[in-house]
Amino acid sequence: MSLIDEIAVRPSAPDSSVPNRTHLPLLDKAEADPDEGRIRLGAARQRSLVLAGAALGALAMGLLLTVGIGVIPLGWLFAVSFFWFLVLYTALVALREPLPVVRDGFVTVLLCSAGVAVVGTLALVVFFTFARGQDALGHINFFTRDMTGTGPLSGLDDGGILHALVGTLEQIAIALVMTIPLGLTTAVFLNEVGGKFARIVRTVVEAMTALPSVVAGLFIYAAVIMAVTRQTNGFAASLAITVLMLPIMIRSADVVLRLVPGNLREAGLALGAGQWSVVWYVVLPTVRSGLATGVILATAHGIGETAPVLLTSGFTGVMNVNPFSGPQTPLPLAALDLVRSPVPQMVSRGFATAAFLLLVVLVLFIIARLIGGQEAGKTTDGQLRLMAAQSRRDLPRIEENYRRLLEQRNRDLDAADIPDGADADIPDGSAVSRNATTNVTAVPIPQDRASNTTMQEKP
Amino acid sequence: MSTYLPEYHPEQETEATARPLTYRFEPKDYVFRSITRSGGIIVLVVMAMVGIFLASNGISAINEVGLWKFLTTQNWAPESNDFGIAAVLWGTVQIALVALLVAMPLSLGTSLFITEVARGWVQRTLTSLIDLLAAVPSVVFGLWGAYMLQPNIVDFSKWISVWFGWIPMFQVEGVDPASPLRDTVPFTASTFIAGLVVAMMIVPIQTSIMTESFRRAPIGEREGAFALGATRWGMIRTVVLPFGQGGIIGGTMLGLGRALGETIAIYLIISPVFEIKFHILEKGANSIAAMIALKYSESNEFAMSALMAAGFALFIVTMLVNFTASAIIARSRSGAESEG
Repeated sequence: MSLIDEIAVRPSAPDSSVPNRTHLPLLDKAEADPDEGRIRLGAARQRSLVLAGAALGALAMGLLLTVGIGVIPLGWLFAVSFFWFLVLYTALVALREPLPVVRDGFVTVLLCSAGVAVVGTLALVVFFTFARGQDALGHINFFTRDMTGTGPLSGLDDGGILHALVGTLEQIAIALVMTIPLGLTTAVFLNEVGGKFARIVRTVVEAMTALPSVVAGLFIYAAVIMAVTRQTNGFAASLAITVLMLPIMIRSADVVLRLVPGNLREAGLALGAGQWSVVWYVVLPTVRSGLATGVILATAHGIGETAPVLLTSGFTGVMNVNPFSGPQTPLPLAALDLVRSPVPQMVSRGFATAAFLLLVVLVLFIIARLIGGQEAGKTTDGQLRLMAAQSRRDLPRIEENYRRLLEQRNRDLDAADIPDGADADIPDGSAVSRNATTNVTAVPIPQDRASNTTMQEKP
Repeated sequence: MSTYLPEYHPEQETEATARPLTYRFEPKDYVFRSITRSGGIIVLVVMAMVGIFLASNGISAINEVGLWKFLTTQNWAPESNDFGIAAVLWGTVQIALVALLVAMPLSLGTSLFITEVARGWVQRTLTSLIDLLAAVPSVVFGLWGAYMLQPNIVDFSKWISVWFGWIPMFQVEGVDPASPLRDTVPFTASTFIAGLVVAMMIVPIQTSIMTESFRRAPIGEREGAFALGATRWGMIRTVVLPFGQGGIIGGTMLGLGRALGETIAIYLIISPVFEIKFHILEKGANSIAAMIALKYSESNEFAMSALMAAGFALFIVTMLVNFTASAIIARSRSGAESEG
């Protein structure tokens, strides 16, 4: 039994003071059977045996050639084994199967290895960065100090990247303050207002998602540093990040907004809401999680950008909390600056900075996945419970309005001295708006109370 | 009285469109519409300003040497009025092509693996990992390329140059294949290694575009192919690839656009040379973006203007590639919907 049914069959305790209660309609429709899905062809048992055999044989051959005989350096073990596996597997399949199946098996192996190669590279990148950075990451002063007074020969228990951390936080905060409103407004414009101009904007934004990051840096260098400030500073860096984050933000919000079902909008319009109200009360709340994901992913991209801040933020090892004056180095630039040093401790600090940056991006990414994993318009059980609670809070107010409306009507009828029931007109809109204090503007009054209640009591 | 059937024109029914909604706007709706419209205008203005500022700042440098000389000179010495983008532009294209050559099969394979082979949690995890790969900062990729990939790949570079050195592209000068010493320095900091790292950086964007287009291959045709006795590869070859053609081309071009603009990873790996080279395994390479990152700090006003001109050239090239790519992708999206 789903939560909707549960709410529906358990209306809140009946209240005898209210003549007519609002009953939630019962869902008598059985839930649709889950889609059985298409029939899938499973792998034959023999195929998996062949796979395992070929893998074992290939590994053995690789080990023999590298470790056993030693004709090939050990570093090539993987390549040799893979090549041998490909040959062995194809040959084994060819023994029993016709040519198309052999081809299929060969290509499947290639496809799988492409996937493994990509994931493997990602794992290598992450692992390598953390492995090289762990020396400096282990020192607590790495996060609590800046590089003031840290000479090239100082040990790792001296100096840190606090200044870069502060720089990144301030710059990304300023960039987000500019990106989120502008990006969301533009995405809403593309989807809700539309028209010819919107199509032009969309095309330009799509092309700009691949704007070379160094070009964004050059642009801010020309427009802000050369023309206005004459000096690198944190604000210029955040402007450069904004130029790069804006298209990413608009695009992801645009994609998410496109998923809002049209009938949700139409339902809002049918209830008399204007376009702005539909956008504000229906469209945006529906895609709240998707928009949050977009913001977080844009943040992850913006934090990692190096080339634009290279030209705009300037280098410093000293804490600078004022983004509007003087150089303010963010994390990626600090990493770049540190690894260019010939001193091993500095390189180690650079790797630690890169590892920390990677960690921040990973965490942001995981948060984005956690909150954004749902479709537009779908609600989780928790959200459904919240909505049900909200409805329960609204119910007394609606009933109170209704009761007052009824009393008013009875008074009017008494005053007019017309017998009850002879005139069962629904009060006109003006009467309702005079009596209803809250935003309930039209309450239909049932013509026949008795039949109404029996209709709603379902077994 | 007889019954009249409503007139039915089947030819009119072929284009099903959503019923038009008639709005009557409230005053606040007009405010809302004009505010969002101004958001769009601001974005457009910002993006136009990128091009305008680069062009207006670069024009003085180009005027100094003339457009033709700017496009054909290989050297980069603004202080002696001898500079041009011929070498760096060629280097940029070369690195991007190497990256494309490596990334294209890899992302084609990965996206086919995601859509056709992998199921359930493997499919979901892999899609997430590809997105994560796209978010890895370029400085991390650069460090990985310079400190891990480079020392390990130089032996492979050497192997290629020894066995395939008769192809001019793979030739490396100043290396004696018979020498017993392990001399790998001539193979470091090359176009090839920079291209490999850039390849890993463009795989995510290519893969996600291709995956999206392969998902759109209609299931009716897929099952038709299976019903006719096709194997999975037979189905992929006859249904998925033809339907995903636009996605493959568009995704590849979008990847090319990214590869052309990549900066920090290349900057960390290459040792810059200012000549048109064809030997991709040899030490020394260059790209416009990396050159800007290298030279900006030692530049005076005029040299900066020259860099702006180079940046403008890069901007033009990437925008051309990107507009073509999005046009191809947009065209491939229409009409290839799945019928369930």
